Amino acid sequence: MQAADDTLIIAGRSFASRLLMGTGKFASSQVLRAALAASGAELVTAALRRVDLANPQDDILSAIDPARHLLLPNTSGARDAEEAVRLARLARAAGCQAWVKLEVTPDPHHLMPDPVETLKAAELLVREGFTVLPYIHADPVLAKRLEEVGTATVMPLAAPIGTNRGLRTRDLLELIIAQARVPVVVDAGLGAPSHAAEALELGADAVLVNTAIAVAGDPPAMAAAFRLAVQAGRQAHLAGLGRSRPEASASSPLTGFLR
Amino acid sequence: MDGFAALHAAQPFDRVAARIQACTDADVERALGCPQPGADELAALLSPAAVPRLEELAQRAHALSLARFGRTVSLYAPLYLSNVCRNACVYCGFRADRPADTRTLTPAEARAEGEHLAAQGMRHLLLVAGEAPELVSQAYLGEVAARLRPLFASLSVEIQPLETEGYAALAAAGVDGLVVYQETYDPVQYAALHPRGPKSDMTYRLLTPERAGRAGLRRVGLGALLGLADVRAEAWFLGLHARHLMRHHWRSHLSLSFPRLRPSAGRFEPPRPATDRELVQLICALRLFLPDAGLVLSTREPPELRDRLVPLGITSMSAGSCTEPGGYGRRLRAGRAATPQFEVADLRSPAEVAAALKRQGYEAVWKDWDPGFMG
Repeated sequence: MQAADDTLIIAGRSFASRLLMGTGKFASSQVLRAALAASGAELVTAALRRVDLANPQDDILSAIDPARHLLLPNTSGARDAEEAVRLARLARAAGCQAWVKLEVTPDPHHLMPDPVETLKAAELLVREGFTVLPYIHADPVLAKRLEEVGTATVMPLAAPIGTNRGLRTRDLLELIIAQARVPVVVDAGLGAPSHAAEALELGADAVLVNTAIAVAGDPPAMAAAFRLAVQAGRQAHLAGLGRSRPEASASSPLTGFLR
Repeated sequence: MDGFAALHAAQPFDRVAARIQACTDADVERALGCPQPGADELAALLSPAAVPRLEELAQRAHALSLARFGRTVSLYAPLYLSNVCRNACVYCGFRADRPADTRTLTPAEARAEGEHLAAQGMRHLLLVAGEAPELVSQAYLGEVAARLRPLFASLSVEIQPLETEGYAALAAAGVDGLVVYQETYDPVQYAALHPRGPKSDMTYRLLTPERAGRAGLRRVGLGALLGLADVRAEAWFLGLHARHLMRHHWRSHLSLSFPRLRPSAGRFEPPRPATDRELVQLICALRLFLPDAGLVLSTREPPELRDRLVPLGITSMSAGSCTEPGGYGRRLRAGRAATPQFEVADLRSPAEVAAALKRQGYEAVWKDWDPGFMG
């Protein structure tokens, strides 16, 4: 398959870019706007706690161009299913599309997702007609359970959010990817374009990046680097990677005598 | 004794201060190499032995803060509801035995003050009152919260310590955060500086954040008033207090303040004033010890210093503050002045503070909470 024809499909909608972007931690809305443009991202998430949906001059919302980006409001900060569902409904009532990045993060210090409440909220939101993209631990069983209740993707974390540590959950991500029937978007902890490329090489359908771009010395340049890395990783995945080996394999010391 | 009070009692303040003084270069080196510093490492990072490594501490604190919080600083404003107080804190402008022009805002006056702040873009509000439960009652606070809630994304209180049920009632009224400063963790100084009134019970105050955590408040702010006792030991106890709360009340976000004592209307001379260098070391050490905690800076500090401290790990700042009840409206009308709690050193407006942050490459965040969470 040619990379040019290779679109990401989430809930029946096509996206040319496999890089999703978060909008927190930027030094200004101008920098955010430039980074968004350079990233080529089409799905862009913003925390409902952080934005003022009633204010068109909101620093984050004003940087998101509805012609180019689909705003994916997230429920970061929700302590339980009830709060997450309430926030999602408020966002829809305020005019957002019925897409939501479901985050139930009762631990405000590390923003670790609560698997129990996430599943509960996902079930309710799907029933209400939302397209639900849940942020989860790299838990293969939870990923299947969410898929069963009808979420549009699963979004397992690579490493604790904001740590830039890369694919710390690699073994579990491989299981999730191998079993998934919905797109797998690796979310949280990707600190360098090489991490994003690695996720795509593994077979992840997309990645979501925020901190690594927002706190870079030159955020738009870093966004462009992630765009290229995501393309390279995807292309490598499609091209079929050679198997990596733990040792050199030039000869056959144990079975050579058979010749 | 339970909770943090038990931990506090087991660590005599003077002994902690001496232990920090005795830390060596090797202790500092070890602490800097430790991926997750504990109590011993915090002592080393706060010690005089770490002073020659201050730039290295600052670099690390900056990098950690950038990764965790990005290039943003939340802004909030205090709204002083009342300067009536039954306590006699020796250092305070509101103390009970000092003749002062006392005033308690009516809920309608509080709303008017809130409107001035909202008009400047403020969305996070801290309601402050002296300890006078007969005036600043639960019913009064409920009414004030109800009037201010529609104007603000987040409402916190800095008022007399309450029982768990009191905090639960405030949460139900739409208050999401509590700020309570221990003032000093040194029991000897605490007793000397709080001779009368309900605040003289140090243990009750020490356990106040735990009651707020149990009541489910989303944000809990701690603080030590620097200048009353050994600064390094104060910071050590403050860090351990925060870590205790993070472990036991993990759903509440913790933030720390380290206000330096400034001359108040009572003209109190702080016995152990904290230098700028000590303040910087304390901020960096606490950031390395608690990478995810909020670090808060008030307008007690002058503008030039506030701007310099931001990159070290400050996540939240007050701006445009008035520390007297009714002060925001008075500023406009130039009317009657009530006694302020302390003199403000950073007189810049919220917009000027936001512009200064921008010049440093930081964005002022006006809204980082939503009443939608609370229903």
